[in-house]
Amino acid sequence: MRWATRRGVHIDRAACAWLLRRFIDPDAEFVFVSDASEVADDMTPFDMPGVDLSHHGGDCTFETLLRRHDLTDPVLWRLGALVHEADIDDGRYDAPEATGFDLALRGLSMVESDPRVLELTGPLFDGAYEFFRRELMLGREPA
Amino acid sequence: MVAQVLGTGEWVLLNYRLPREPSTPRSAVWRKLRQLGAAQLSDGLVGLPADARTREQLEWVAEQIREAHGTAALWVAHPASFGQERELAKTMAMARATEYRALSAEAVSAAGLSATERLRVVRRLRNDLHRVRRRDFFPPPERDEAITAIEALADDTDIGDPLLAHEPGAAHW
Repeated sequence: MRWATRRGVHIDRAACAWLLRRFIDPDAEFVFVSDASEVADDMTPFDMPGVDLSHHGGDCTFETLLRRHDLTDPVLWRLGALVHEADIDDGRYDAPEATGFDLALRGLSMVESDPRVLELTGPLFDGAYEFFRRELMLGREPA
Repeated sequence: MVAQVLGTGEWVLLNYRLPREPSTPRSAVWRKLRQLGAAQLSDGLVGLPADARTREQLEWVAEQIREAHGTAALWVAHPASFGQERELAKTMAMARATEYRALSAEAVSAAGLSATERLRVVRRLRNDLHRVRRRDFFPPPERDEAITAIEALADDTDIGDPLLAHEPGAAHW
């Protein structure tokens, strides 16, 4: 499937792309647009104002994706807390690592293209997922 | 007062109307605009200096307003005169200056507390400072004063104290 989102990806769009590839659509292809009018009929837009897969009721797009696809994995929701705080920073969750992720993503988007940002952040989200998975299992931070 | 004055730059403006009731979405929007440091230009019109980030942030606020059955539109605009922009920048800088002064005052008044308490205050003030700086587009001199006051409090507190290091959350073994 082809998925469309805005150019200049930051934390929410990068994390959504990772979630789509890993848990929803392994063959996902991503298209980066400047305006909603550039989204073709065969594309599903996400994290763009005015579309369904977007911010809703205080949720960031990553959380909306989790809800729409009934993904209840607590590890994904822990990752959602990170994305939410890095993106919206409203204090809904305690995710002190969010500041660092926000800086890393903003910096990357200054020096790399959108496809490259997705390539580079894939392993980062894989690692964060694994970290949170072990943390939930152990009930404390893994080594 | 204003350390950095832009020539008439681009601003992103959000005009909106939101029903008075229910009041929950209204105050959520108000809190969000406050968090972003948006300048209130008139009733139902707010603005921020335009960059990729502020534009996106106001786009989401516009969505939030529409979801609450309000109307909202986003505009990119240039103030017609330097003076007008300077006034706006000054108002925004003064709002931040008030916040910075409150942080400085808290840092100074925490000097008499116990070391453990001081450390707690330093952590909180650093977080608060970070939040204010994120919405500070025209840094006033009060910013550096706040940084100096908070770091002075940190210097007076022996962060390396082994007793403090055992405080829950201070370190992971």
